[in-house]
Amino acid sequence: MNISAPTSLALNVKNLSKSYQRPAVDNLNLKINAGEFYALLGPNGAGKTTTLKMVAGLLKADKGSISIFGHDTTSDPIGAKSITAWVPDEPMIYDRLTPLEYLEFVAGLWNIPANKAKHGAEELLSILDLEANAYERCERFSKGMRQKVALAGALIHDPKLIILDEPLTGLDAGSARLVKDVLLKRVSEGCTVILTTHILEVAERMAQRIGVISDGRLICEGTLEELRSERSDGNTQASLEEIFLDVVEKAKDGNVSNREAA
Amino acid sequence: MSILSVSKPNTIGWFLNHELRLSWRDLYAMMSGNRPGRGKNIAIAISVAIFLLHLLAYSALGPILVEGIKLDLQTYIMISGFLLLPVSLMASQAMESITRAFYTRSDLELILSAPAPVHKIFALRISAIALSTTLLTLCICAPAINVLALFNGAQWLWAYPVIICFGFLATSFGVFLTMALFKVLGPRNTRVISQIVAAFVGASFVIGIQLVAIASIGSISRISFLKSEYLMSIAPNMDHWIWIPAKASSGDMASVAIFIGITALIFGSMLALYAGQFGETVLKASSGDFTREGNSKRKVKFKSKSAASVLRQKEWKVLLRDKWLFSQTLMQLFYLVPPAYMLWQGFGSGQSPVYVVIAVVVMAAGQLAGGLAWLAISGEDAPELVATAPVSNKQVTRAKVEAVLIAVGVVVLPLVLLMAYMSVKTALIAIVMIAISSASATLIQLWFRTQASRSHFRKRQTSSKIATIAEAFSSILWAGTASLFALGTYLAIIPAVLTVVILYSVWWVSPARQKSIDTKKHLMTTQISTVK
Repeated sequence: MNISAPTSLALNVKNLSKSYQRPAVDNLNLKINAGEFYALLGPNGAGKTTTLKMVAGLLKADKGSISIFGHDTTSDPIGAKSITAWVPDEPMIYDRLTPLEYLEFVAGLWNIPANKAKHGAEELLSILDLEANAYERCERFSKGMRQKVALAGALIHDPKLIILDEPLTGLDAGSARLVKDVLLKRVSEGCTVILTTHILEVAERMAQRIGVISDGRLICEGTLEELRSERSDGNTQASLEEIFLDVVEKAKDGNVSNREAA
Repeated sequence: MSILSVSKPNTIGWFLNHELRLSWRDLYAMMSGNRPGRGKNIAIAISVAIFLLHLLAYSALGPILVEGIKLDLQTYIMISGFLLLPVSLMASQAMESITRAFYTRSDLELILSAPAPVHKIFALRISAIALSTTLLTLCICAPAINVLALFNGAQWLWAYPVIICFGFLATSFGVFLTMALFKVLGPRNTRVISQIVAAFVGASFVIGIQLVAIASIGSISRISFLKSEYLMSIAPNMDHWIWIPAKASSGDMASVAIFIGITALIFGSMLALYAGQFGETVLKASSGDFTREGNSKRKVKFKSKSAASVLRQKEWKVLLRDKWLFSQTLMQLFYLVPPAYMLWQGFGSGQSPVYVVIAVVVMAAGQLAGGLAWLAISGEDAPELVATAPVSNKQVTRAKVEAVLIAVGVVVLPLVLLMAYMSVKTALIAIVMIAISSASATLIQLWFRTQASRSHFRKRQTSSKIATIAEAFSSILWAGTASLFALGTYLAIIPAVLTVVILYSVWWVSPARQKSIDTKKHLMTTQISTVK
């Protein structure tokens, strides 16, 4: 195990790079505090999902390092994974398992004691309004139900860091509200949440800090107030949408450099 | 210019063009492994295959052609035997296509909501199933027909329409049977039952003829049975209607006309009966509430288990609940029935040819392991969940391989026990060779793993032709090794060495080796940059 000194940093990303045909993530630096709700925004193809997949250990970085609560994801992947949960935009569940069987499987993978897993599974299914479907196979579930099952799977091992990629896309208002409430409750209990979303209202209302990424580089970061105050036009009431479109446009024009480099 | 612009929109011709375009793109994607720009390579490969198949057909038919073909009862028996073999396979394929069409929503809502004649569209769609069902059999039979036509006379070309007729008859039978099952059992049960029936229908002729051959002449060989005195003695005389397809294939015009007429009548009646109901049936099946079917009454018991145990149990649960897997693997399992029967028969005499049985079992185990390994390794439904779990890749892979090998073991265990009852030594050889054959097929799937949906199980061969061919050769050669080993000859070393060479070559060109080289390079680069 490679654990550094106790830290209040949930995630520390240093000089992270990943290229396919072109750089997807370019020398990215990112620090997220423990217990923080962080929204990572960016236009399509900006490198958000690639970044989060590297954090979750799904992709190998070409360069740079990632540390989750002091666990280096390269030298101590198991330690990092055991306290992290990943929820992708397309829910990854088994069509032929029931939600309860799915949770039993996930709990087994994370080595959760049976009693705790059983109690946790029942509680999560109840919170996420899936109790009535606990014994039905997931094959005929709607996107919203599948997303809730995947979220239950992510929460059953009480992760310290939850990473969600577009968790609210395609959900009805009720399901979206439920997911948001669950996430906010976890944050209030000390869990760290990082999510990407194209629904800027969600980031505006829920996130304590917001980062905007474009062409694999972090181009702006801060609380909503900080982002507003950084605007050149002095509009302190600007919406996140206005701020986002403005910084992305500037980044395209080359007026914004990598935040860390700057 | 688009192919659709040739016909007037919303007409049958226009819809036919649409169906043909979709079928062609499906076929091309299957042949090219979904990689564009391979048209030239595919054309070359097909040409080479056609040439080799004709060569093979000539070498098989050569002695018969030299002797000259006399159209007697023996010849009609042989022709009928060879024609009926693909018919059962075509009927099975048609049933599977129709069942699949029932339970896949696809473009159904678009078609039904369009102002188009629905019964005509579905008549066309059923015809397309019949054509695609016939095409493969036609390709397989074409070399033999061409060789006969070239060296014995053009009258043999009439075998082409005969096979097409059989394709349409087999499809009619498939539609009748599936629709009947649907009406009797309802949408919930038809899904599974029709696949089991399809698998049984597909294997029925081969298994049936093998069982009769074992019972009557004591041999598993179909050819020996078709040539046997026993069959000659019970076959109807040459004027019987049963020989119409055989007579039509050899150019008897009256038989050709009768056979085409009967086919048109049966296929036409089937379309008239079912084309109008097809859309409604599909809608009923695809939108049905199957939640009760999916309910697991068993209470889920949370137990503290190792990650490996959890992974193994998940694999078994998912495999057992995979409905489409039934039809894919059941046919392989049905083929184990004749050797099992042969073993059973051998009990009395004590002279069962176990070397035949051991070969069949080893080959079936290899093929089964390959399919199950693909499902467990490449067909993982939640790869990112497993990848983000605090379990090493090695542990995950090991658990999945164990799940596959244990599942294969459970399937072949009854046959091994039968063998052990006759000869412990043979059973031990069988156990070792089953393990080797299964492990080889699993290894190939590991080396060529590509993430895919479980629903693509049928098309898994297209992702890597090398893996598919290697898997087949590995199973066949290990079966040969087992058979020779059981006979007690040192010649067993030859196929064994050949298989090891093939496996090594396959590993050499596999993506897994390349990935391991890339990882090593990446690690070295990282270490060098850290030192700097």
